[in-house]
Amino acid sequence: MVVFLAIPLLGLLVILQSAILSQVRLLNGTVDLVLLVLVAWSVQERVKTAWHWAVIGGLLISLASALPLSAILAGYLLATGGALVLRRALWQRPLLAMVTATFLGTLITHAVTVAALQLTGTPIPLTQAINIITLPSALLNLLLAIPVYAWIGDLANWLYPQEIEL
Amino acid sequence: MNSFRSFQTATLILLVVGILLLALGGYLTPLSRLALSPFIGAQTWLSSRYQAIRDLFTSPRDVAQLTQRNTELEAEVSRLEAQIIELQQQTAELDVLSALLDFARAHPANEYVSAAVIGRDPSPFLHYVIINRGSDDGIRRGMPVVSAQGLVGRITAVTAGAARAQLISDPSTAINVRLKPSGAEALLAGSITGELSLEAIPQAAVVNAGDLVLTSGLGGNYPPDIVIGQVANVRQRPVELFQTASVQPIVDFTELEIVLVIINFQPVDITPLIPAP
Repeated sequence: MVVFLAIPLLGLLVILQSAILSQVRLLNGTVDLVLLVLVAWSVQERVKTAWHWAVIGGLLISLASALPLSAILAGYLLATGGALVLRRALWQRPLLAMVTATFLGTLITHAVTVAALQLTGTPIPLTQAINIITLPSALLNLLLAIPVYAWIGDLANWLYPQEIEL
Repeated sequence: MNSFRSFQTATLILLVVGILLLALGGYLTPLSRLALSPFIGAQTWLSSRYQAIRDLFTSPRDVAQLTQRNTELEAEVSRLEAQIIELQQQTAELDVLSALLDFARAHPANEYVSAAVIGRDPSPFLHYVIINRGSDDGIRRGMPVVSAQGLVGRITAVTAGAARAQLISDPSTAINVRLKPSGAEALLAGSITGELSLEAIPQAAVVNAGDLVLTSGLGGNYPPDIVIGQVANVRQRPVELFQTASVQPIVDFTELEIVLVIINFQPVDITPLIPAP
């Protein structure tokens, strides 16, 4: 049930990302709302469907993006894995886990994207890519990390209500 | 007794008639003024107090009416402002469509399908747009996309109701171009920043800033003579095999709203002709 909720939710975010957020740029960097939601979902304590959401998010983004599906999926799955590791390591500091996972997730997805583009023959100057795309994107993602965490936290609490022992 | 009553009556009549005559003659005016002034003063005081009390009760109702009227007028102003914005938007769309029509008339050999840009590639590394026309509208992979100004890109993926077009500013773009007036051939390349550059310009070619960059038609991916932009500056080093130049595109890719897809152009696949390494 919770897995199926990801389809309309992430679908809506992909539309928002493609229609509006991809035009809001800091230098050449843009915010990755799907990545933020996947990371925020993964760092929630009681969530058990993080991998499913990552796959659904990757599939939905691939409908709008010209990037190879494998690169998108690999990026999101690695970012989700990183977020899950951070959730266990920083279980007492979920907000710190969110911020760290967001930054690392941005680096991971961009690294995978650059690698995929290089493999397909697209020339990507690495220093320029870091300076004008990756770092601005990381900054934008970090700015939105806390609001997205709060929103997804509410959603997770609603879907996974805390059990109280009597 | 009767004569006494008659005398009283006659005296009374005379008195009344006398007073009337005095009043009509104006002789009683000071007297009447003196007598009426307390009444007038009292009535003025009472009337003013009544007016004040009435205002006290009726004024709030007037304020409420004024507030309601103000709200109505503000709503009317908002409605009219929205109408103005809508009309301005329609005028802007009309300008774009008019320019596209001019472009189509200037190139009568081509058949076009107009499409609205409804999205962009979510990846900041790529320069693609999503348009709201697909295979149902006759759009196929490889078809060139233009705007009223010039070349935009080409279709790379198609679904029934939408298509994805690669902009000429995409880093994987390589287009054969011709410079005007020199006639030199070169290769146009995009970049991750969206800047366009010319590569492989022969050293012997005379290229100047301001030269026009057009598609050459070589390679079979684009029809010839579609405007791309102007040469911004040229870099020539004697030690290098080719000159390079940067290009100012004629199309503002950030402001794309409506584009035309040339549907009667069939791209030529020259891949089998390229010798394997």
